[in-house]
Amino acid sequence: MAKSPETEHPNKAFGWAAKDKSGVLSPFHFSRRDNGDNDVTVKILYCGVCHTDLHTIKNDWGFSYYPVVPGHEIVGIATKVGKNVTKFREGDRVGVGVITGSCQSCESCNQDLENYCPQMSFTYNSIGSDGTKTYGGYSESIVVDQRFVLQFPEGLPSDSGAPLLCAGITVYSPMKYYGMTEPGKHLGVAGLGGLGHVAVKIGKAFGLKVTVISSSPSKEDEAINRLGADSFLVSSDSQKMKAAIGTMDYIIDTVSAVHALFPLLGLLKVNGKLVTLGLPEKPLELPIFPLVLGRKMVGGSDIGGMKETQEMLEFCAKHNITADIELIKMDEINTAMERLAKSDVRYRFVIDVANSLSPP
Amino acid sequence: MERLGEKYQSVEAFGWAARDSSGHLSPFVFSRRETGEEEVRVKVLYCGVCHSDLHCLKNEWHSSIYPLVPGHEIVGEVAEIGRKVSKFSIGDKIGVGCIVDSCRACESCREDQENYCTKSVATYNGVHYDGTVNYGGYSDHIVVDECYAVKIPHTLPLASAAPLLCAGISMYSPMKYFGLAGQGKHIGIVGLGGLGHIGVRFAKAFGSKVTVVSSTAGKSKDALENFGADGFLVSTNEDQMQAAMGTMDGIIDTVSASHPILPLVGLLKPNGKLVLLGATEKPFDLHAFSLILGRKSIAGSAIGGIKETQEMINFAAEHGIKAEIETISMEYVNTAMDRLAKGDVRYRFVIDIANTLAVTRS
Repeated sequence: MAKSPETEHPNKAFGWAAKDKSGVLSPFHFSRRDNGDNDVTVKILYCGVCHTDLHTIKNDWGFSYYPVVPGHEIVGIATKVGKNVTKFREGDRVGVGVITGSCQSCESCNQDLENYCPQMSFTYNSIGSDGTKTYGGYSESIVVDQRFVLQFPEGLPSDSGAPLLCAGITVYSPMKYYGMTEPGKHLGVAGLGGLGHVAVKIGKAFGLKVTVISSSPSKEDEAINRLGADSFLVSSDSQKMKAAIGTMDYIIDTVSAVHALFPLLGLLKVNGKLVTLGLPEKPLELPIFPLVLGRKMVGGSDIGGMKETQEMLEFCAKHNITADIELIKMDEINTAMERLAKSDVRYRFVIDVANSLSPP
Repeated sequence: MERLGEKYQSVEAFGWAARDSSGHLSPFVFSRRETGEEEVRVKVLYCGVCHSDLHCLKNEWHSSIYPLVPGHEIVGEVAEIGRKVSKFSIGDKIGVGCIVDSCRACESCREDQENYCTKSVATYNGVHYDGTVNYGGYSDHIVVDECYAVKIPHTLPLASAAPLLCAGISMYSPMKYFGLAGQGKHIGIVGLGGLGHIGVRFAKAFGSKVTVVSSTAGKSKDALENFGADGFLVSTNEDQMQAAMGTMDGIIDTVSASHPILPLVGLLKPNGKLVLLGATEKPFDLHAFSLILGRKSIAGSAIGGIKETQEMINFAAEHGIKAEIETISMEYVNTAMDRLAKGDVRYRFVIDIANTLAVTRS
């Protein structure tokens, strides 16, 4: 008979889970494995709320295995380290991001691209290397193989640094890979949410000119005056969109819902590149003429490998880049999810896990 | 509709044109300009029949100007040169491809990528800077600025060189630009028609491994034995497609009809690139997951600049690459168009202009 989540592993654990596709989260008792020789046990301080968490609890993509304990922007303190662990000591401030397992021997893993390993497993809603389901950071603690734990740099705050573990690496990695780092070049950031606002900050740190493209005119003031964007385009303003045609070297498209690519492709110069990061549950329409007539490209990207994630954290610490967050208590999570679905957050919710999660 | 280009120019010309979107071609007397200082007058010897010719004749892109004389895979002999011409001499065998002018000042033009200049002038169905409509290579001669013509080395047979001027450069350019040309690279080529078959020959000459993906199982023999492909996948055979998933560094997709791209994205290795060449009007369905999981990308490409076209011609001459053609008479062209619409050609029609055009003039 299959073991229940509570008895599967030897150590009691507590978190909040969604039990069905209503997505409503509530207290949940489960269990975690013993700290193995290669493992680090992390007492969770903060966990960011990513749009992926929302997609998953609602089963938008059709592969949610309930109960789901989301959360993959985790910052905490190492409380136990296995005897083979060399990179971390008890008491270290550490981060855990989107993935917690990979084969560690394929071509991708050997190139520090664990995120593209065909056997990669996610921090939650996945089958881990030990064959059991993974539960994420909306919980008291987590046990993770040292390869998938990150040093949290001094000077990077735990709460506003947490979203970098997904949002940060998700925009940093394609900006490096697709060559979007030449100072003076013009970057468009479509969507000003969790990913978008971090992309603006990282883009400015690379020395790029940054234009935000957004459907929310009310975000203009903050985009320019607080986040440092050079300009702001309202996507429904056809005149301004027309005037900006052929002006951008690259676009990072963070919009999570189905949206039109045609106007964004028009903003690109010849040879321009658009990286799509959102994961809508329906296909996007890809118009061909703009690609062919301007040798333009639409590419994807999926977080980043562990080495690059560490590099990104150091980069953000050096340039004082953190997320703009709204700190919430664990029992406010359902309201936060409703607001997130309406893009009503500036710009990432972060759960104060240590101070608000307690078993009933 | 105002008939542009009927303004009389000084030199009489003869060719075949379509008068309306039936696309039916017939004899057409028209005129061309005097040879300018930096221009050459080219006696047309051969002209390839490109699928774009068919699209334009039928007004499928809603921008055709009638009467329409198609043809942008032109090989001919220089008959007259302007006094400032330095690239060519009378008697030279030269080629003219898809564009005959551009703004010469924008970033694309300055980087020898005239094909991406937003003001580039098409060889036919385009409007020249003097306001006249351009007529293409289904005609006895053409006048072109020397900067937009390329030399054909004497080692290349002329008739089978003609398709290189559009089909050839359309395949050569993206293979180079997207890093697919060379040892250790595995390229997929979708569609084994005019573009696809030349692409296989170029890719093999680059030293790449090549797999053809086609909906026509009957083309497998040609692909493997005649063109040198390493593998052949029937796109409707799910088992074959499944077995080939994640094996290709890049794919050049020559198919212009609407078709699903998700299976093609699946054939790519991580970081792989799908390059689309077909000018499809209807947008494709893009499943974001398919690009994100594997950091894959989809790009477009359109012919190549003039400098790169010359480089491609020289490469073809060096490696003995030519198109597989069916030479036809001018009179046969309407039948050829019907056959082309059904994909019934192995693998490019080329019109023997020099020997068969003049006789059609009554």
